[in-house]
Amino acid sequence: MLEIKNLHARIAEDGTEIIRGLNLTVNKGEVAAIMGPNGSGKSTLSYILAGRDDYEVTDGDILFNGESILELDPAERASKGLFLAFQYPVEIPGVATMQFLKVAMNEQRKARGEAELTTPDFIRRVKASAAELQIDMDMLKRPLNVGFSGGEKKRAEILQMSLLEPSLCVLDETDSGLDIDALKIVADGVNALRSPDRAIVVITHYQRLLDYIVPDQVHVLYKGQIIKSGPKELAHDLEANGYAEIIGEAA
Amino acid sequence: MNIQAPIKPTNAEQALMDAFGQAVGSLPGDAAVTTQRSTLLRAIKEAGLPTRRRESWHYTDLRSLLRTIPAPGSTSVKSVAPIVDGSIILALLNGEAVKPANTGGVNVKSFAESLSDGSALKGLTVRDDDDFTGRLNGSFVRDGFVLDFPDGFDSEKPVEIQSVQGGGQNHSRIPVRFGRSAKATVIERHVAQGEAAALISSVSDITLGEGSEVTWIVMQQQGKDDTHFGQLRIKLGKASRLQLYVINAGGRLVRQDLYIDVDGEHSELTLRGINLLGGDTHTDVTLVLGHNVENTNSTEIMRNVVFDRAKGVFQGQIRVAPGAQKTDAKMSCNTLLLSDEADFSAKPELEIFADDVVCGHGATVADIDATHLFYLESRGIPEKQARALLVQAFVQETVEELEDEVLVEALEGVITDWLEKHG
Repeated sequence: MLEIKNLHARIAEDGTEIIRGLNLTVNKGEVAAIMGPNGSGKSTLSYILAGRDDYEVTDGDILFNGESILELDPAERASKGLFLAFQYPVEIPGVATMQFLKVAMNEQRKARGEAELTTPDFIRRVKASAAELQIDMDMLKRPLNVGFSGGEKKRAEILQMSLLEPSLCVLDETDSGLDIDALKIVADGVNALRSPDRAIVVITHYQRLLDYIVPDQVHVLYKGQIIKSGPKELAHDLEANGYAEIIGEAA
Repeated sequence: MNIQAPIKPTNAEQALMDAFGQAVGSLPGDAAVTTQRSTLLRAIKEAGLPTRRRESWHYTDLRSLLRTIPAPGSTSVKSVAPIVDGSIILALLNGEAVKPANTGGVNVKSFAESLSDGSALKGLTVRDDDDFTGRLNGSFVRDGFVLDFPDGFDSEKPVEIQSVQGGGQNHSRIPVRFGRSAKATVIERHVAQGEAAALISSVSDITLGEGSEVTWIVMQQQGKDDTHFGQLRIKLGKASRLQLYVINAGGRLVRQDLYIDVDGEHSELTLRGINLLGGDTHTDVTLVLGHNVENTNSTEIMRNVVFDRAKGVFQGQIRVAPGAQKTDAKMSCNTLLLSDEADFSAKPELEIFADDVVCGHGATVADIDATHLFYLESRGIPEKQARALLVQAFVQETVEELEDEVLVEALEGVITDWLEKHG
């Protein structure tokens, strides 16, 4: 589903290279964890996947369902089924959450040539997903993410993800800022989206989230490259021994 | 040798003089009114169009901006659907008052009538030497409405004063009194029909009686070649409340003077301005707000969206009179500049002659926040729509303060329509 080939990328503004020859394959139905120490390029990778123009790809390619997405803008990538759950969801005053959800869902449907949702159908879907994530409908009447607590923001991200039904979900440090109860709710929300037709990439610094969202594969990112891949037990090794040992092996 | 040569009038100045010469015979008014018209016109002739050397016209140099005056003569126009369904419509078609079928309990008289009977004379004044709009309107005014909302008036139905023009020149006047404890919503709407250029002036003299609660919305939607001089002269009586919205969504050259005097204790003004600017237009909103007595509040928020090569100006002066203790006034002016050639000038001014007051002002100028844009795009909203959503959000916040949902929706509709055409 996702193939990243020899990807090199830098910060557009100052040319600092962050991703240095990254190779990664994530298959349909798979949950892949990407772990790495601070500064290894985890968040950058998530932004590059989503198409943020602060970064420049200088070499290599990203294939999504066999097609290069490098030339696509963020909205086109989203309507093809890519979703990034932000580490820091953005507060947007003046844009009502419900209005935003409706516009996003319908724009994606339009891009795929599907009919727009009727208002009752839209409300029904939001209510169902919100209930699963224990999101109060009153919260959704507020402007997008404005005044939401850390946990509310992350739940709102997962709500968007479940409503938009992407085929590739990228979760950037979704556990940061969550207490254990909120973490469980968020993880349940993500697990509910596991499906043979969908791939999920969980980017995280800590093993903790992976106790709740159990990965099929773990990849270690360091200095812009995947330096080791392995089964879920790899995450436990990292937790027990830290990154130093693996970094040493790779060096 | 210092010989002051008389400045040769510009084409526009000469055209104004000529237009007056042609019109004066047919303008309504008794002898005193006619004399006053001539006096006001002479003042324009002597001073010329205001230039940047006049402080209150510093950012709007009329002598260079107002090059031509459209010839008199308008194509015929029709009344349009009101912004809010079911409003009482008071129509001014090409500046002439149409006798309304239903006034909804408001006492209505045509301004032409009060010019003829001389009762209009006391209002044909100017504030000071900078009051070009007052002079222009006083010289040329032909009609309008004199409105009286009786004591205790209370209606859910808005009154829409609908000034529809089909080019040429129109000068109208709307003196309004809100009686004691009157509750009312008035939409003062200026609309163009057809393509012909117009020169419009409109002065509203608004007096709020004790305990009255008024929402007054100026909706300026003139055509792309039109010049619009609008002026509000407002007096707030004791314990009155005014929510004033001034929305500019049209015109090529626009000046809105807001002269507001808070004259009654415990009264409250909420001013919200929305400037939707695009093309090669110039729009100036100039506020002179006097807090003249103790214990009054006001907040002023301007939200400006500037596309293309448009220029916008906000001059906001707050004067706190000697002894006007416990005044609480807050002003802010926020601008989104959406092109490299867009331009906005904000000039706040506080003149405070009392020592126990809270007064503040602030101004921001920004582009659309790139992180906001990326977030929306990453959810599948194409860039154009995402920008429109963010621009709309920026101005919508002020509209949402209106508690009346029907009104909020109606104004949002106007904003959305404008953004769809310009975004």
